Amino acid sequence: MNKGFLLTILAGLLPLTLLAGEYDISVDRVQIDTGDFVKEGIGYNGASPGPVLRFQEGEEVTINVTNNLDEMTSIHWHGLILPFEQDGVPGISFPGIKPGETFTYKFPVVQNGTYWFHSHSGFQEPNGAYGAIVIEPEGREPFRYDREYVVQLTDKHPHSGDRIMRNLKMSADYYNRQQQTVGDFFSESAEKGFMVTLMDRMMWGDMRMMKADIEDVQGFTGLINGKGPEQNWLGLFKPGERVRLRFINSSAMTYFDIRIPGLEMTVVQADGNNVQPVNVDEFRIGVAETYDVIVHIKDEEAYTIFAESMGRSGYARGTLAPEDGMTAEVPELRQAPLLTMADMGGHMDHGGMDHGDMNEDDMAGMDSGDMAMGAEVDHGAMGHGSMDHGDDASLPEDPFYAKGSGLVPTASNGGKFLSYSDLKAQKPLYEDREPTREIELRLTGNMERYEWSINGTKYEDADPIVLQYGERVRFKFVNETMMTHPMHLHGMWSILEVGEGKWNPLKHVISVAPATTVYMETEVDAPGEWAFHCHLSYHAASGMFRKIVVEGGPDSTVAEGKLSGKQGGES
Amino acid sequence: MSRLTASMCGLALTATALATPAIAQEDAGKETQTSRTFWGVSAEKFEYRYSDSDEELAVIEGDAYYGSDELKFLWLFEGEWEEAHNAWETLENQFVAQTPVSDFWDAKAGIRVDTPEGPDRVFGVLGLTGLAPYWFEVDTNLYVSDEGDASVDFEAEYELLITNYWIVSATFETLVAFSEDKEIGVGQGLNSTEVGVRLSYDLIDRAFSPYVGVVHERKYSDTADLARDAGGSTEDWFAVVGARISF
Repeated sequence: MNKGFLLTILAGLLPLTLLAGEYDISVDRVQIDTGDFVKEGIGYNGASPGPVLRFQEGEEVTINVTNNLDEMTSIHWHGLILPFEQDGVPGISFPGIKPGETFTYKFPVVQNGTYWFHSHSGFQEPNGAYGAIVIEPEGREPFRYDREYVVQLTDKHPHSGDRIMRNLKMSADYYNRQQQTVGDFFSESAEKGFMVTLMDRMMWGDMRMMKADIEDVQGFTGLINGKGPEQNWLGLFKPGERVRLRFINSSAMTYFDIRIPGLEMTVVQADGNNVQPVNVDEFRIGVAETYDVIVHIKDEEAYTIFAESMGRSGYARGTLAPEDGMTAEVPELRQAPLLTMADMGGHMDHGGMDHGDMNEDDMAGMDSGDMAMGAEVDHGAMGHGSMDHGDDASLPEDPFYAKGSGLVPTASNGGKFLSYSDLKAQKPLYEDREPTREIELRLTGNMERYEWSINGTKYEDADPIVLQYGERVRFKFVNETMMTHPMHLHGMWSILEVGEGKWNPLKHVISVAPATTVYMETEVDAPGEWAFHCHLSYHAASGMFRKIVVEGGPDSTVAEGKLSGKQGGES
Repeated sequence: MSRLTASMCGLALTATALATPAIAQEDAGKETQTSRTFWGVSAEKFEYRYSDSDEELAVIEGDAYYGSDELKFLWLFEGEWEEAHNAWETLENQFVAQTPVSDFWDAKAGIRVDTPEGPDRVFGVLGLTGLAPYWFEVDTNLYVSDEGDASVDFEAEYELLITNYWIVSATFETLVAFSEDKEIGVGQGLNSTEVGVRLSYDLIDRAFSPYVGVVHERKYSDTADLARDAGGSTEDWFAVVGARISF
């Protein structure tokens, strides 16, 4: 009987041992050298960024995380679908990992694609505690490539996260060195006329808002896989190869516009989920998003991977080359964009402005009669075209930006710039069905005080959002601020509404541009307690954060804190 | 016995039932996932002044704060050290609590203790500070002294960006008293104005910004008379050199 029992166990274990990996990660104090400065920070296994974790879909992973710091830590597996106790958010999923302790994460890997991991404690992530996750699929990939690289971006700052938070609270424009100057005033006057320029400044001054308020935290060095522009991260290739680049934006605060001059990129995956291939010349990656692109390189030449920050205050740079030592030209940073009145949707009521005198450019695409826009207008639900404004053909357009927004990206070569509306799922995971209810989340804040909130309430004053297992919830994001917010829901997929029904793409971060409304739907298939927040580190810490509680579920043990491999909605 | 066990179980269940919502309400995430309290120390002015009548002054004006978005505690200090007399011509310390009252405005209340050379005064303070339209930083306070005298001060500052590092800041300060307090040289009505223009350069972030500038101080009516009687001047031009400091 004993033998039989053992055999049964062994037989049961065999397939498991084939697909059960054990990984060790230590959380350490490290030196981070960006080429511009050297800074003490936090890393994994002695380095920042940490290792690239390579999992296999279907694998049961065991990850031993040892905290060598003198403070609490945690690791969140960003984008992974797992039991909530394994999600790594201190205070929500688990208590956190004490100094000197080892915490063992254990969960089944039920997906594939490019993801990442990072600390969810304090500002350890901006201080360097992040790494990449690559999950090989069980079946075949729907696209072909000869080699692959993780291209993990960050915005390393010489100041620690705590210091940055404190400085922003003291003075919200502490790091903004792109503010409009006297010189700008005169050059604009010469171009547009003195009165027009003066009225424009008066209008913004009246609202106490800044056009240049695009990047809260400037002064960083953009890194690719831990290397600054001068250190030039290198990816080798053989001419004729297709190279898959797994872009991950691990920045604390910075969106990047990415291009590889001379190469067309085929976007094949977004946030770990395969999308129908789109050829682009350039794409914008929001904080915490991932995009996988394939480049087919025919020539024996070097190519620059150039990632300009959205506000053009910094950049990351790397090189793809057939051999070491080869480099390509590094482009100049383009001119910094400025917000327009169109980006001010939520603030229009503050001013009591004289609409008749508004600057033509700022007013592009807006009738002065429609000032209440923003909140009402359905930018996210594609093609509804509810804004019937005068059309200015010269302005680039993207339904995921306010019409006339200063933030609409354009490709530097005049070619194709990826839009959210280009993203269509390769293979829908869920059946398309009507959402059971809608939850409106207004993204709110006060830039001057550096307070960020949802529906006007900061996390510390808010009740959790309660969802019922089995629901399909439609979230309506209404961005009433002039900042762009990458909203991240833990534990469950965010189905971005691009107007394609069941082909709407699955994401884990939904970027919401100023004065726009964007919808996402979520199949509530993961019981437990989850974090939901803006992924800009200092916005999340200021209160743009909620706890989500999923009540019910077929497997109540999950909710009670026991491990379970069952994942709703996956099969 | 079994009844006891049963009732204990009942108690335990009740406790669990009570504890669960309590834990849910507590939401430890609010502690671990947010930054709640902040601090800062800064000196808007830390300067040497040289007047057109060869008077030399060292001036410091700044604050230290600790608190949250909702409630801050501030220590505001202002001092003028006169070289010729080796004495504090002005020495004010305010201890106030400050709380937001609208998007751009904070109210504050507390006490102010003046301990310069000469008689001391203690004041109750009620103030309003914030950002007015067109980016004017404004600070205004009502003071009532232990002698029963009331006064109001008003300060405004505007920063003009020559570049993003070279900044001209223009300041205006005035004091109006509702009653006379001869001992400390305060006359009824408009007391004084101070207008300053400073050109600064942000040398280290916004933590250390050296500047040069010009300051004009003037005393009016009764206050001017009191100053003249005490052998002081009623109007001064100063050349200033100093630094704005912020930690």
